[in-house]
Amino acid sequence: MNLLPFRFELLWTDALVWVLVAAVIGYAVYARARPHLRAPWSRVSRSASGMAAAVILAAFVLAGLLDSIHYRPALPPQDGKAAYATELRSLLDLTLQPLRDKREKTYSAPLATHLYAKETVLLPDGREVREFPRLRHGGAHLKNPAADWAGDVALRGFRGLAVALLIWFSVALALSAAVAQRSGNGIEQSWGDIWRGRTAIPWRAALCALAALAVFAGPVIALAPLYHVFGTDKVGQDVLYQALKSIRTGMVIGTLATLVMLPFALLLGVMAGYFKGRVDDMIQYLYTTLSSIPGVLLIAASVLMMQVYIENNASLFPSSEIRADVRLIALCVILGVTSWTGLCRLLRGETLKLRELEYIQAAHAFGVSHWRIMMRHVMPNVMHIVMIALVMDFSGLVLAEAVLSYVGVGVDPSMISFGTMINSARLEMAREPMVWWSLAAAFVFMLALVLAANLFADAVRDAFDPRLVRAGAVA
Amino acid sequence: MSKKILLSVRDLRTQIRGDGPPVRAVDGVSFDIAAGETFALVGESGCGKSMTALSIMRLLPDAAAISGGTVELDGENLMALPETQMRDVRGRRVAMIFQEPGLSLNPVMTIGAQIAESVRRHTALTGAAVDARVIELLEAVRMPDASRRVGEYPFQLSGGMKQRVMIAMALACDPALLIADEPTTALDVTVQAQVLELLRDLQRSRGMAMLLITHDLGVVAQMAQQVAVMYAGEIIETGPVQTFFDGPAHPYSRKLFDSLPERAGRNRLLAAIPGAVPPLSRRFEGCRFAERCDRVLPHCAGTVPAWHAVGEKHDARCHLYADADGTSVVKSATASGSGAQIAVRRAEDECSAALLQVKNLQVHFPIRKGLLQRVSGHVYAVDGVTLDIFPGRTLGLVGESGCGKTTVGKGLLRLVAPTGGQVLLGGGDFLALGRDALRRRRRDVQIIFQDPYASLNPRVRIGDALEEGLLALDVGSGAADRQQRIDALLTEVGLSPEVKGRYPHEFSGGQRQRIAIARALSVEPRLIVCDEPTSALDVSVQAQILNLLKRLQREKGLAYLFISHNMSVIDYMADEVAVMYLGRIVEQGSVDDVLRAPQHPYTRSLLAAVPVADPQAVRPVLRLAGDLPSPVNPPAGCHFHPRCGVAVAACATNYPVEQRFSATHLVCCHLCKKTD
Repeated sequence: MNLLPFRFELLWTDALVWVLVAAVIGYAVYARARPHLRAPWSRVSRSASGMAAAVILAAFVLAGLLDSIHYRPALPPQDGKAAYATELRSLLDLTLQPLRDKREKTYSAPLATHLYAKETVLLPDGREVREFPRLRHGGAHLKNPAADWAGDVALRGFRGLAVALLIWFSVALALSAAVAQRSGNGIEQSWGDIWRGRTAIPWRAALCALAALAVFAGPVIALAPLYHVFGTDKVGQDVLYQALKSIRTGMVIGTLATLVMLPFALLLGVMAGYFKGRVDDMIQYLYTTLSSIPGVLLIAASVLMMQVYIENNASLFPSSEIRADVRLIALCVILGVTSWTGLCRLLRGETLKLRELEYIQAAHAFGVSHWRIMMRHVMPNVMHIVMIALVMDFSGLVLAEAVLSYVGVGVDPSMISFGTMINSARLEMAREPMVWWSLAAAFVFMLALVLAANLFADAVRDAFDPRLVRAGAVA
Repeated sequence: MSKKILLSVRDLRTQIRGDGPPVRAVDGVSFDIAAGETFALVGESGCGKSMTALSIMRLLPDAAAISGGTVELDGENLMALPETQMRDVRGRRVAMIFQEPGLSLNPVMTIGAQIAESVRRHTALTGAAVDARVIELLEAVRMPDASRRVGEYPFQLSGGMKQRVMIAMALACDPALLIADEPTTALDVTVQAQVLELLRDLQRSRGMAMLLITHDLGVVAQMAQQVAVMYAGEIIETGPVQTFFDGPAHPYSRKLFDSLPERAGRNRLLAAIPGAVPPLSRRFEGCRFAERCDRVLPHCAGTVPAWHAVGEKHDARCHLYADADGTSVVKSATASGSGAQIAVRRAEDECSAALLQVKNLQVHFPIRKGLLQRVSGHVYAVDGVTLDIFPGRTLGLVGESGCGKTTVGKGLLRLVAPTGGQVLLGGGDFLALGRDALRRRRRDVQIIFQDPYASLNPRVRIGDALEEGLLALDVGSGAADRQQRIDALLTEVGLSPEVKGRYPHEFSGGQRQRIAIARALSVEPRLIVCDEPTSALDVSVQAQILNLLKRLQREKGLAYLFISHNMSVIDYMADEVAVMYLGRIVEQGSVDDVLRAPQHPYTRSLLAAVPVADPQAVRPVLRLAGDLPSPVNPPAGCHFHPRCGVAVAACATNYPVEQRFSATHLVCCHLCKKTD
């Protein structure tokens, strides 16, 4: 008998996400020891907008990673055997348990205490009245909603805000203590340095971003257990919960699709530029052809094929979560396969330039093999382009997912994503009175994620691009 | 001779801000330029010459800022002018030309339109008058066929012509001062001679003052009236050109002269300056040159030297002249002469069989055109070159850029595929070897490149870069042996074995070139192709590298194919010389044959064009007209006849056969007849 009240379950995307995390950590360790790799990252850390964006991104990444540890909760044992629920849960689900379980009947506005639609209610005295019924969970603790609601929301919101700011303040203090220890100054001195922007790493920007996060998250966390902060959707599910669950989908698409694209772009681009001639012609022909087929068409075709395959081989995919997950991977793969051409072209151009450089000629003079020259002399010198492309493509792919899911060829409809949220909000926008919160929540979260990713990508590009003349490099 | 002072710079200071402490690129520079005079600012790279010019024009990059001092033009302080008025000063009263003419012209505008733009901006001319003025300017800079060239785009012009266009633009409104920042560094020696002559004539006829920035003492000797030597952000010596060349006073200036290969003579070591220019971000307490000076006094490192007169109007910033009678120190120093004698090698002792024989080497690059990439023509980069290289000796290959000398070097290493001919190395034909056999034979021939910054992979540590050849060619037994070899190599080229773990960006140009030499040596080659190994380096560093190459040759019996456009370097290094013109060798022989008694008109004009670091040198005037023709359509007959001053009818029809002028001297010219 299993002692644990749950069983871990590793989805394909989870495995890939954690492999990616391991790779990032490995790269960080590797880069630390190498000054030429460390230097651009330390330039990123000196960019104010980059640091602020990194704080916001970190919050998203945390949500995404929590959502990537899945398990099945244990059911009461049957026949002496341990039994587990068919439904997969993630650590994020566990933290958001109250949001997940508190379902209403249908739409309710943000922070509402009553449903958004009138219903016929049977009164105790037998009369039937059409009115807005009280929500089952949202504001259920209020005795007299009409009178108490505003005060209660304000009080709880304010309390949440206060706690959040207190936490923020202690983080800021801890940071100044750390800075003080490094620089050898006193804590007050470091505190002043941080706020006057005199530290090498712009901690002020990071703390400001953290403060913005706290101002938003504090009241939300305080109110979420008792209210639906972003309202509920058609089937009464909490919109905040949906928005938080969407983060993982977006991030998985943004990162895994790039990973699929990378080997194609890197290998083919470098080969085209290095060998020139026939090889170059073939690869150019390939990507010219591929990039002249409309991407959406290709994606739609392969997603539909995947769907048919899953339906015909239902036994291979025991649960709906696994099915949705496989479809997500398929989407990543096809997005990757259709999007390598741009990076490939860039790498081909850079390699054409590099292959004429003298250190590569010197390697030829030693009779070093082509493969080794490409691996040792070309690849490391095009990595800055790869790095820039990686972070720049991320936000594009997150947006692409939203568009594809909206069109209906994106992720599985049962999987919560920004695209599916927008898709279901489409009809609600036409309702009178309008249901706006589903779309608004998706919009706010996606904007924050993509904006932070873009700002971070900008900082990375500035730090890695050797063509940007940096102050001090002029002699 | 008290001319009116046109430009007066006082205590000019410019700082570049970056991540670290500010770099004081210009640190208290003062000088005066009289109207109509040429003032030369000499110094090695990184000493702040260009920054001084840009500060005067107030055209500094964003990271740099002027932090003090005044610049007065005709008594008006340029530092106090608002930017709008400064724009009128630039171009109208002070004009500037830059080193790289190709980068200073807009590639999508005709040159006429670009000159007209600056004419319109600074003069009241309109309509047809502007066009007339543009043609007048182009004629003034001796642009051949000016009225047709007006409508051409920069890509249709050669480097020399582009520089002429730049000069024409600068002259558009008769500036009182022309700042020329290394105006001929990117040009070939024959074109350089044309441009320098043009600048000199223009300056004389227009009474224009000129601030000439250069690293080349030969150019200074030909052009300037006043000289100032810059070192580490400040001027250390200034004086009239004749006095300065007669007796440079500051130890640094003297070392600069001594490190010129033509001054030393082939059998002496060049006087190299040890170390490198100190970083300008640091604070200086004494003389900036103290660490590298061979005549350093105890108080040099602690006390900043003041200006001391060493002659009439000739001042130096050096403690040596503090109390003694300056001139005597100058005399004694010049008499001391240059570096030590090297053991003279006798050519007869080792004249053995050739190590490498190049027979009729051809490298033709196909030009492909159209949809199907049909070959529509060829670039005849190397068109039948025959050379012999003997063990332990140096063959110098000279010629203007674009004549195919680098392609010869790469072709015989098979870095570019030759289309014909033979390269006989140790009996077999190197060009006929298969893949594996070629890989084994690669040990025998290695190459050193021109650009020390491009010749090392920035992502690979020095130790790994040196190990690459050992691994690829299976030299050495095991990792420990390889590491020992690498240590020995680094010591051999004058670096500490501890640098193995560092990356190339931590090294200066000269150090990188040493590492590149160590890399070539790692597989114990018998021949090293040196492709302009010092042309990107300063003279003092060049001297270090040339000394190193000579020592290695003596110790290891290496043969060098030394490719260079610099006649004095070739003169210093080579035992035999071959002169290339448009893919073919026009003259070859021993160094004395070719450089002392040149027979081919091309060799003669090439030698005449070299600026000599002596203002009084009497030189034959043999100016080459025009530029190198395209190797796609070489002229019929002798390739050189369109530019040749003494061509006869036969030159236009037949390519001259090679004639043996003396036992060691071969010439390809219709006019050369054997004398005996």
